[in-house]
This record gives sequence, C-alpha cells and structure tokens, in this order.
Amino acid sequence: MSDLLTIENIEVFYGPSQALFGVDLKMGEGEVVALMGRNGMGKTTTIRTLCRMSKQKAGRIQFAGQDIGNLPSHKVAQLGVGLVPEGRRCFANLTVEENLLAAARGTEWTLARVYELFPRLEERQTQLANTLSGGEQQMLAIGRALMTNPKLLVLDEATEGLAPVIREEIWQAVRELKATGQSILIVDKTLAELLPIADHCVILERGRTAWAGTPDALTPELADRYLGV
Amino acid sequence: MASLSRESILNIFLTLAMVALPFVATAIDEPFYITLATRVAILGLAGVGLNLALGTGGLVSFGHAAFFGVGGYAAGILASHALNYTPIMESPFLIEGTNQMLIIWLVAIIASGIVAYLIGLLSLRTSGVYFIMITLAFAQMLYYFAISWPAYGGEDGLSIYVRNAFLGVNTLAPHGFYFICLGLLFGGIFLSATLKNSRFGAALQSARQNEERLSAVGVRPFNIKLTAFVISGMMTGLAGALFADLNRFVSPSMLSWHMSGEIMILVILGGVGRLYGPLAGAIIYILFEFIFGGMTEHWQFFLGLVLLGVVLFARGGVIGLIAGRARHD
Repeated sequence: MSDLLTIENIEVFYGPSQALFGVDLKMGEGEVVALMGRNGMGKTTTIRTLCRMSKQKAGRIQFAGQDIGNLPSHKVAQLGVGLVPEGRRCFANLTVEENLLAAARGTEWTLARVYELFPRLEERQTQLANTLSGGEQQMLAIGRALMTNPKLLVLDEATEGLAPVIREEIWQAVRELKATGQSILIVDKTLAELLPIADHCVILERGRTAWAGTPDALTPELADRYLGV
Repeated sequence: MASLSRESILNIFLTLAMVALPFVATAIDEPFYITLATRVAILGLAGVGLNLALGTGGLVSFGHAAFFGVGGYAAGILASHALNYTPIMESPFLIEGTNQMLIIWLVAIIASGIVAYLIGLLSLRTSGVYFIMITLAFAQMLYYFAISWPAYGGEDGLSIYVRNAFLGVNTLAPHGFYFICLGLLFGGIFLSATLKNSRFGAALQSARQNEERLSAVGVRPFNIKLTAFVISGMMTGLAGALFADLNRFVSPSMLSWHMSGEIMILVILGGVGRLYGPLAGAIIYILFEFIFGGMTEHWQFFLGLVLLGVVLFARGGVIGLIAGRARHD
C-alpha cells in the first residue's frame, strides 16, 4: 500500500518552548489512524503542523508523494487535507449552506451528499452557523471539510463535549465515511468507539511518538501506561 | 412567496423614491433637486464600492479617495484632450481624447482597478490599524502627485467645459444625466448583491471572520481580499468619473483624505454591510449639506453629532435602525 501521509521526526516550537520533540506518523490510503495521547502531549500541534498552521523546525512531512513541509495552509488544503478543527469553528455569521459552499472544491462531495450524511444540516440550511447546537456545528464542520473533497480527513476531537446521542450520530457518520474508503486521521478520547474503527494507532507522549501499532496490540496495560488518567 | 423583510421593503421604497424624484422635482419646479439627487446617486455608488471592501470584507480602507480621484482624472484628462483636439500621446502610437462616457467609464474603471490592485497588493499584507494607515498613505501620495503635476492643472484642477456624451441621451439636461447615474448606482448595488450571495461572497465574509479557517478549507484569503478590493476600487473609480462629469471639474481635492472620510462616513451613516446602506447614507449626507449648509458653513458639526449618535446607538446605521439587524434570506 502506498503511503498517503508520512510524518518523520518533526520538531515544533511555540516561541521558545518546544512542543514536539520528534513525532513520527505513517498512514496509507484508505486507512483510519487514531492519534492518541493525554492532554498536552502534542496531538493538536501535530495536526496544526500537518495543516501548516504551525511550522516545524526539523523533520519532514510528505503527503500524497509530495513534500508539504514548506507549503502554506491553503495549498495543503488544496492538495487534499480536509481539517475539522478542534472546537468546531464554523464561520459564525454565514448560513449552513454558505459555510458549505465557501469550501466547495471538486465534484464528488456535493451539498446533496453532505445533507444525506447529515440530514439535520439540510433542515437548518438557511440558519446562521452560530445559532446551531454544538453537535450540529460539529456536523457542519465535518461537512465543510468534506466539501473540499479531501484525500485525508482530519478530525480533531470531533465528539468532545457533545451529548451521547449526537456523539453516536457522528461516529456513525465516521463509520460510513470509512466504508467508502475515506482516509481519516482522528483524534479522540473515547477509546471504546475509536479502537473498533481504527486500522492503526499512534500514541504521543511529551511531544514524541511513544507507541505505534494496531488496535489489537494495544493492551490494557499499554493503554493505562500512555492514556490512563 | 415569502413575505418581504422590512429591509427589502425599505430598499424598494428607496428605489422608487429615487426613480420618482426628478418627476416630483420638475412638477414643483425645483430642478436643482435633481442635481442634488445626482450627487446622492454618485456618492452612493462610491459608497457601494467601499461597502464591498468595508462591509462584506472587513477591509477598512481609508484611501478610497484614490480610486475616486483616479476615476475623476480619467474623465477629466480624456475630455480635456477631446475638447482641445490634442492627442494624449503621439508616440509610439496615437491616443486621442474622447468625450464618449462609455469609453471614459471603461478607462476610469480600468485605471482605478490597476491602482487598487497595486495598492491592495502592498497594503493587504497588513491588517487593522496598519491597513487603515497604509491605504491613507497611498491616497495622500496620489493627492500630492496631482497637486504637483502641472500638465493637468495641478492644484487648480482641470475643467471639463462641456459635459461628455452618452449615446443619444442629452447629458446636459439634468434628467438625462441623473438617470445615467441612477442606472449605474443600481447596477453597482445589483453587482454587490450578486457578489455577496455568490461563493466568492461567502469566502470573503469568511476571510473577514477568520483567515486561518478559510485557508484550512483551501482558499487563499489574500486573493479573495485583493479581488474584493479591486472590484471595490473600480466601482468607486466609476463614481469618480461621474462626479467629474457632474461638476465638470476635477481637482486634487477628489483625492484628498477628506473625500475618503466622506465616503466612509456615508457608508457608516447608512449601515455598514447593508445593501442600500451607502444610498441611505448619501441621502442623509446630502440633505445635511443642503439644509444645514444653507444656514452655516459649519454644517459638518451637525453631521458629526449624527455620526456620533449612529456609532453609539445605532450600529447598523439608518438601515439597521429602521429594518433591524441584518437577516439572511
């Protein structure tokens, strides 16, 4: 299987303080990779670096056979990295439909297909994004990323702080996406939902890749060692 | 059919009032009102241009007089050469002046578009107060250039002795010129409505709200903002060409920061980001100038009070005051 994304030994600083000390991550096309770790271990920074919102001081990032380590954000998005940022972050004063249309690129994902995945969005298509519930905003953020027809969908804490019913709807959508062959890089804390979907897990600790393997190999001891609180 | 929002009703009312005005003015034998209304339409168009950058794109340009003035000088220079039968340029190829409005408009739009592109290219790298200052600085640069360039009147300005021609319309009659300006104003309003509702408009509003999010979906905010800035400058430039024709006179004052302020004030008075805001603002501005300007030369004092009131108590401007907060429909 050809590699879709290869992150090699990246180091990232916020000002003088170092956040990543060498993160490695590899994923193939059509795979779902879970990026795990406790709070503050560098998951979001890794994603920010992948999307070029933070710059690495060392290391290499390759996406779809291309070195993206020096590209600006929008170029990486155009190459096919669709980010669903942490904390939802829709365009608050645009309607649901405008949010989706502003991102549209490519032909496979259309408004109709997003509405099919998230029927709630269709009901709310003329509503302003800031009047939606948290779960609906999350669906909108996922829909917006899908409208860019990404080769790789990046979900950063997509179910954080949502009601269980809504979480289930979002997990269902993620499972449907996986079934269509969508590559997904996913950060989440609900292991019970995450592990059955993931093909591969990468665990970060203190800004380094501490462990990588299949979900089966992630024993309760390992989970406790790296993820337990 | 969905019921019309209050804003739509207000917009329709303003449209009808502007169309009916010259007939009323003729009926009560006050043709001067038509000239006032022409000023409203022209300043309104300049405001519609600025509103695209300021309201939709959040680009607080304090240098739109640059485009207004460039449009004005395009009209003035072309017309003065046509009237004096002297070519603008003989080598390497011949360029003659013209008194045809269509050509003058085109030249004004292209010239102000180029200026907006160059200014935008440099100033859009900054934001916030730096953007305000750098756009102001560029406009002042052009202002001093116009003052010190003797070929076209320098500080004294440049007169257009006969108003330029537009197809078969008698542009010297107040009606004819008024409806030309009004047509272009509504054309400008229609264009900004179309842009605002398009994908480009959604991206522009996204750029105003959060650039990082916009680039995360693969759109480069800089290009979107630059395009909006150029279109905005072109509309204001066209208004400048009309303004020159209305006064039959162009002077560096069209390029000065007072002019930038004037355009910005009428946008804020009417309602930032509202489709008819600039028109409503221009109506109030001209009414103030007419009514209080007749009483005292310090009429801008009263305008200042109203502006203060709008900024403090009616953030949506007059349109917002009457029609409530902006709605999406």
